[in-house]
Amino acid sequence: MIWGLVAAFALLAVGLYGLLALRNLIKLTIALQLMMKGGLIAVVLAGDAVGQRGLGESLGVTLIIADTVAAVIGLALAVLVRRRLGSLDIEVVSKLRG
Amino acid sequence: MESLVLLLVALICAIQAVRSAQLLIAALWLAGVSACIALFLYALGAHAIAVIELSVGAGLVTILMVFAITMVGEDSEPHQPVVPRWMAIALPAAVLILAAGLLLNAGISSSADAAPDESLSAVLWQLRGADVAAQLALIFAGVLGLLALLADDREEPGASSLWVEAESDEPSAQFRVAEKSEVDLEEVGSPQ
Repeated sequence: MIWGLVAAFALLAVGLYGLLALRNLIKLTIALQLMMKGGLIAVVLAGDAVGQRGLGESLGVTLIIADTVAAVIGLALAVLVRRRLGSLDIEVVSKLRG
Repeated sequence: MESLVLLLVALICAIQAVRSAQLLIAALWLAGVSACIALFLYALGAHAIAVIELSVGAGLVTILMVFAITMVGEDSEPHQPVVPRWMAIALPAAVLILAAGLLLNAGISSSADAAPDESLSAVLWQLRGADVAAQLALIFAGVLGLLALLADDREEPGASSLWVEAESDEPSAQFRVAEKSEVDLEEVGSPQ
């Protein structure tokens, strides 16, 4: 139980490092996925800890759906940015002026 | 014990996914993380969510990632991060330290021996029905967002000119096909 929560926070930390240190848009999507997976473990274990496993699992299903939609939108944005700007670097995107 | 091994393997896969230079390899490491988490959840007794995580996290998302990487190609990662390297390490370390402090003070214990109050399906369809509707709306929003983002292919000059040519071409090929089919029918019916 305690090791599951430690692993969940470790996954959260690895994903946060990836979000801060990486510049590739697809790698950023992967880092976001890692953070979501840490959250999934934490939610299921929290439901288990308070004796409401069904509630924890249902929140986990919600998290998986949100995770997948975020991945789809992030990958579509990466494909679009690559087509328009020729690069996946977020520095190129941040130099856009509307 | 096996749960601890699975979590360790998941953590190693996660570190490799962040460290990997090639996007395709990173996507495969991420699939490994999802598979390990699904096995951990199955060992925990959460069978339904383990199957969902394995099929969606390790299956669907990996296929989408491989598809997107195939479309955009491999792109070399710039060496200079956006934020300073020490900050990128210090912030996750601070998160870990805070979480460890919370866990030690909370004294969390597992209630796995106690019978679960309600099953996943009962909670999902009775207690959280509105959330299920919101999830469906989220899926449709995701699909619409995807279509809106990738819709610029239809506005390419070559594609639009083809449509214009097809529409302005008179007499169209459809009429020719119709005329030919009438002739064929007459030829077939003439011996009688």
